[in-house]
Amino acid sequence: MFYREAGDFKTTYAADNQTFPIAFDRWRYWAVLFVAVFVIPLVINDYWANALLIPFLIYAIAAIGLNILTGYCGQVSLGTGGFMAVGAYATYKLMTAFVWMDMVTITLLSGLITAGVGVLFGLPSLRIKGFYLAVATLAAQFFLVWIFNRVPWFYNYSASGQINAPERMMFGVPVTGPNAEVWVKYLFALGFVIVLSWVARNLTRGSVGRQWMAIRDMDIAAEIIGVNPLKAKLTAFAISSFFVGVSGALLFSIFLGAVEVGEAFGISKSFLVLFMVIIGGLGSIFGSFAGAAFMVLLPVVLKIVGVDMFGWPTDIVQHLQFVIVGGLIVFFLIVEPHGLAQLWRLAKEKLRLWPFPH
Amino acid sequence: MNDMSTSTVTEDGRTIGGVMMEMRNITLRFGGVVAIKDISFDIREGEIRAIIGPNGAGKSSMLNVISGFYHPQEGEVWYHGARRKAMKPYQVARQGIARTFQNIALFDGMSVLDNIMTGRINHMSSSFLDQAIWWGKAQREEVEHRRKAEEIIDFLEIQAIRKTPVGRLPYGLKKRVELARALVAEPKLLLLDEPMAGMNVEEKEDMSRFILDVNDEFGTTIALIEHDMGVVMDLSDRVVVMDYGKKIGDGSPDEVRQNQEVIDAYLGVAHD
Repeated sequence: MFYREAGDFKTTYAADNQTFPIAFDRWRYWAVLFVAVFVIPLVINDYWANALLIPFLIYAIAAIGLNILTGYCGQVSLGTGGFMAVGAYATYKLMTAFVWMDMVTITLLSGLITAGVGVLFGLPSLRIKGFYLAVATLAAQFFLVWIFNRVPWFYNYSASGQINAPERMMFGVPVTGPNAEVWVKYLFALGFVIVLSWVARNLTRGSVGRQWMAIRDMDIAAEIIGVNPLKAKLTAFAISSFFVGVSGALLFSIFLGAVEVGEAFGISKSFLVLFMVIIGGLGSIFGSFAGAAFMVLLPVVLKIVGVDMFGWPTDIVQHLQFVIVGGLIVFFLIVEPHGLAQLWRLAKEKLRLWPFPH
Repeated sequence: MNDMSTSTVTEDGRTIGGVMMEMRNITLRFGGVVAIKDISFDIREGEIRAIIGPNGAGKSSMLNVISGFYHPQEGEVWYHGARRKAMKPYQVARQGIARTFQNIALFDGMSVLDNIMTGRINHMSSSFLDQAIWWGKAQREEVEHRRKAEEIIDFLEIQAIRKTPVGRLPYGLKKRVELARALVAEPKLLLLDEPMAGMNVEEKEDMSRFILDVNDEFGTTIALIEHDMGVVMDLSDRVVVMDYGKKIGDGSPDEVRQNQEVIDAYLGVAHD
């Protein structure tokens, strides 16, 4: 009823181009932002933060990153876990080498370093496509994990081979380390999410985004009308890896605290983020959030329903999760390749006319 | 033949200028197959130039040579009085050459408007950072180019579908959107590869009108490949006829129509 375009006239191209052209969407967006920034930090507790909110925010960044590469530019990547590891280890090295540096700078620098590594591993994309590129990025995944395991310099020659996030302060409160409170970590992650998703939206709505999508949809035609495929693909790899690197950095510094590379950033992490993107929706920023929320929420909901309510054994519930995710991937690939984001879009289309069918 | 260095005025009052693009002794081979054999012809500023010939004559290959997709083994391409080096297609696009494809090559996942806006790429210059924060130049540029895109949308009468994903459009409209994407680049030379293939009479008439209007209003030079002889003879100022990779005729539609070799190629020739 209230979700209407009627009366909401656009008189400038700028107004027609905005992210939320319908007034109700705009208000909802600001409301969500308000609750996320001002309400949640006041009511947050350890369980909700660690089980849901913080991983959701961190994975949302990774999902946006992979979505830029795979969803917008059409380059399949299975190296997300490896690139997250680059972000995490870059953060660790920077934190220990430059003790005075603040965490925001460190995290952004880790993103930049990951972007550089991403471009390097993106070079094969100029020659190979699709399935073969996926295999090439898979090589990146294994190579990166291997090198972080084998070269002691990366973990500062610690006996355990792990990296541990030391305590760092921001505005007088600890952000990392065991003494950091969850609301600080939450706000820290949220800040990155807000800024980075805004940047992602800006890049995908303008000329850069159109070049990426042109390469995705028809690379030959893109080249004919003036898209430099080298530049378009490598910028997609760079931006995507930047996002993934920031996500890996945050996962290590504020969420896990201690990381063993093979365990935290193995191939299963690559698939986790890829599933988020597929279930959420390829080529959609909102889809990245939806996918991340879904994949983070699913095990928690299953645990509450299966273990707590019905008293099933934990391992059965865990396997049930694999079955459900697998089934959903197949379902979405066949029925709705654009994922939850497309379902959401369809629902909104219907809502515009509701309660009338046409 | 006319004197090529000076401009001439056609019967319908359009001015045709000097030579814009010249193909000199182009030979293109794929392994042992010779697709184009020692062909020379020119395209003059402001004219509509048709390339015709039976299937497999090498017409599309010729267009691909012009747009930088194929690099001929022998011969030279001259553009605006200078010899063109071997170029990548996107570099050719920057020189003001746009094209459409025989089997539509639109970006299916994008809306009509986005497809057309992508065609403006060579006119856009806002930096990556500008776009990332969507401030200043990036935002201004988007609006500026949207205006140009809307002009073309009006021109080709596709206002109603501007936000529709291209994948959902019927064939005739897709062809029109593809033309829009090429036109919005404001090309000096527009290459059309069978713009009317698979269209019904009405759609062909529309497309013919658009081609003539483009040439007339924007002064765009057009080189087109087409199988519909009626259309070719009506639209074009000069015609190149190819057969088995060789040029067998070149001249005004009337001259070509009288050419015995052309008639043989199309109608076949009796063997005694």
